[in-house]
Amino acid sequence: MRERYEAAIGIETHAELNTKSKIFCPCKNEFGAPPNTDCCPVCTGMPGALPALNAEVVRSAIKMGYACACTIHNVCKQDRKNYFYPDLPKAYQISQFDIPLCENGFLDVTLDATGRKKRIGITRIHIEEDAGKLLHDSAASGTLIDYNRCGVPLIEIVSEPDLCSSAEVKAYLDMLRLTLLYLGISDCRMQEGSLRCDVNVSVRRAKTKTLGTRVEMKNVNSFSAVARAVDYEISRQIALLEAGGEIRQETRRWDDLKGESALLRTKEDAQDYRFFPEPDLLTIVIPSEQAEALRAQIPELPNARLGRFMTQYGLSYADAFLLIENRDRADLFEKTSALGVPPKTVANWLNGEVAHLLGERNMALAESHLEKKEFAAALIAIERGAISHTAGKTVIEALLFTDQTTEAFIAEKGLAQISDTNVLRAAAERVMTLNKKAVDDYRNGKTNVLEFLVGQCMRASKGTGNPALFRDILSELLTKEK
Amino acid sequence: MSAAALSLAMRRGEVSSAEITKSVFSRIHAVEDRIGAYLTLCEERAMEQAFSIDARRAGGEELLPLAGIPIAIKDNICTKGVRTTCASKMLAHFVPPYDATVAEKLFAAGAVLIGKTNMDEFAMGSSCENSALGHTGNPHDLTRVPGGSSGGSAAALAAGEAVLALGSDTGGSVRQPASFCGVVGLKPTYGAVSRYGLVAFASSFDQIGPLARTVGDAAMLFHAICGFDPRDATSARRKDPDGLNPSDGDIRGLRVGLPREYFGAGVADEVRAAVLSSAEKLRAEGAIIREISLPSTDAALAAYYVIACAEASSNLARFDGVKYGYRAARFENLIDLYETTRSEGFGDEVKRRIMLGTMVLSTGYADAFYRRARRMQRRIASEFAEAFSACDLLLTPTAPTTAFHIGEKTDDPLRMYAADICTVTANLAGLPAISVPCGESGSGMPIGIQLIGPRFSEQLLFFVASYFEKLSGGFKCIAGGL
Repeated sequence: MRERYEAAIGIETHAELNTKSKIFCPCKNEFGAPPNTDCCPVCTGMPGALPALNAEVVRSAIKMGYACACTIHNVCKQDRKNYFYPDLPKAYQISQFDIPLCENGFLDVTLDATGRKKRIGITRIHIEEDAGKLLHDSAASGTLIDYNRCGVPLIEIVSEPDLCSSAEVKAYLDMLRLTLLYLGISDCRMQEGSLRCDVNVSVRRAKTKTLGTRVEMKNVNSFSAVARAVDYEISRQIALLEAGGEIRQETRRWDDLKGESALLRTKEDAQDYRFFPEPDLLTIVIPSEQAEALRAQIPELPNARLGRFMTQYGLSYADAFLLIENRDRADLFEKTSALGVPPKTVANWLNGEVAHLLGERNMALAESHLEKKEFAAALIAIERGAISHTAGKTVIEALLFTDQTTEAFIAEKGLAQISDTNVLRAAAERVMTLNKKAVDDYRNGKTNVLEFLVGQCMRASKGTGNPALFRDILSELLTKEK
Repeated sequence: MSAAALSLAMRRGEVSSAEITKSVFSRIHAVEDRIGAYLTLCEERAMEQAFSIDARRAGGEELLPLAGIPIAIKDNICTKGVRTTCASKMLAHFVPPYDATVAEKLFAAGAVLIGKTNMDEFAMGSSCENSALGHTGNPHDLTRVPGGSSGGSAAALAAGEAVLALGSDTGGSVRQPASFCGVVGLKPTYGAVSRYGLVAFASSFDQIGPLARTVGDAAMLFHAICGFDPRDATSARRKDPDGLNPSDGDIRGLRVGLPREYFGAGVADEVRAAVLSSAEKLRAEGAIIREISLPSTDAALAAYYVIACAEASSNLARFDGVKYGYRAARFENLIDLYETTRSEGFGDEVKRRIMLGTMVLSTGYADAFYRRARRMQRRIASEFAEAFSACDLLLTPTAPTTAFHIGEKTDDPLRMYAADICTVTANLAGLPAISVPCGESGSGMPIGIQLIGPRFSEQLLFFVASYFEKLSGGFKCIAGGL
């Protein structure tokens, strides 16, 4: 049934910008302060207070515009969107209506491991202010309001309805998030609400052109919820059409716990926001040399980097994605590979042991001591067999959390791998004497005890013995002394 | 005595600020129950301020000219810790947590706050009859209105209850009451004075302006409050005008335009005669008087009311009973809270303008009303620009009539709106305009003349106004009549 239909999905993403102060007042733009401590007459809408635009907000939005290949409107304005709600102290939101800062761009998204790409149209990117937060406190006498979030700067990124499935939506949002992170303009912390989505879904008969009636879904608070909401809505609309029904243009509210959506309002009771130009603010004028300077600051973007990592370094999609997901990790990967370490080795260690050790301590790579030169030295030592893989892990841990050098740490801890066969033979003989039963078992045909004996040898040598050589020597001794 | 004379006397040690302030309050105690200029009096605070100024002066400190001068402030300008009501039930108990920029400047300069003056509710009106909190009479004839909306400020000056006063002018609200009460009132160039802390009526037109008994005093007060303010994005980035000595200049060769549309049928004969005879006096002094035309003037009133109401509908939406101000005692739910609070908290004229403004911004009407009015505004501005290529300033009546009787126009809002015909154009075009007394009617009521100049020509306006002041013999004390 599903293959007889095609879905068209467009996403409106609100990203909180990480500027130091709010969009229209000097209050701190920070998450997690005690309620109503980061606010002032301006962001709480006191009578007589006026907004003054934070230029950093415009700069951040323009960077996102350039990252999405948008046309930048060097001359644009801000507008009032009028509606009543307790979290909106002025009863209007300062936003942009008919002339957004950025328009008509796109975001390239790599969809899957095959490297298949899709270009998703970006309709517009505009700046606006966030509203406060309502706290429904059952202990108190009803609803409380925290105005700290009022005036937190947002950009709204509106996509074309170019996405066809929840998987594509997921890939788009991942790439959007990474792009914001690469630009350094948003922290993209979903759990703190710094990235939020409204999703527009319509379905139509396969191979027809005209888009179906669209339904907007609000309150979609995580990327995984977006995927669930999209799948639910596509199925709901198809089932409705199959039953001979008709899709109404409406807004629905997604309930992620129940896994279903409910009608919020129909087109008939859509609000009239009575947009008009914000008279308290001047026209935004961006001199072209300033715009050019911002364009020059755009780094290589994550999707381009993903593709390059796969072709230039021969990495798999999964390896490359894990690297580019974190700009610092990808940077360290490139710098370490440039010092002569095989890229695949660098990727494995970064995505494996390094990510694991940092994750355990909930630490970011940038906060650790790891840097390219010592990291490369350690990886080369492992590659050449100068230290064992096990010892390598100890070295990497030391490089991450202390300011040790690879060479000094190996020397200090005596981790250098021993490949002198005379030394190893003596150790193996000692182990065989101490493990008579295993030796007998081996000679009675249970040859799989060899690995146990190798392990014992490694233990006896405190990890410094070359395990491959131990294995050879043990096999030789076990067969010879029959 | 003028503020300038008092300032000089204080500097010479002939009188103290405490003595001046005390005498103002004894005058207030004698006449205020008949005038009703004030909504809030700050006697204790004023005396403290005065004593502190006297102490500083005694300590040898060099103080600014306004130090120790008693001043009245219109009750829509926020004063920290002093109730600011906008003459509305909605804000009857509202105490701002901050000072408006102008208040901050005045207090820093040492001005002594006498109290907050009555006005039409949220500055909407031309007679002070729309105040929800007080009644103000015209000191020249208590059966007549003082004008509005800054009627309390004008009446306080005329009755000797203040030495200087601040008003706000959105469509004539400083100039018309100045004209009705026989004092001087300036509407500065839009952007000359910060609006931060002025409770907004129509953001595109609102300007705080000085009222005074002499042109020199008005100039002194203007000089103290003007200048760029980073908290008001619409305030002009230009140096404070210097050398505001109104006696500089030359009437000879001054090109004065009389726009014929301002002398039409609605203008009372004795007003027309007084203004034209003033023009004749200028001609006798060597000015070049020419009749000009501003053809779009007849559309100005409609354009003004459409834009002002549109902005007001949005600016006043924040009074919703959630955060501060009046809240209905009983309500069923959120919508009911909004509706009941606003129905009970606002007066009829405010509600009328909010409804008008909401209508003209609504989908389907915005093009025919709001956007058309904006086009008309631009046309009016360009007609003025053209006029100023041929004239240095324009001369018109301030109001079509002298002060009318209380209750005379309250049943007919359109007739009340028509009283603003001479003043709204300066607000539409953002131009400075001053009202200065030029004579009396047969019944002894003051007549005001209005001078309109190009942007930032306040200096020229003060100069010409002071010339009229000399001709008409200056401010007439009406102490005996009360």
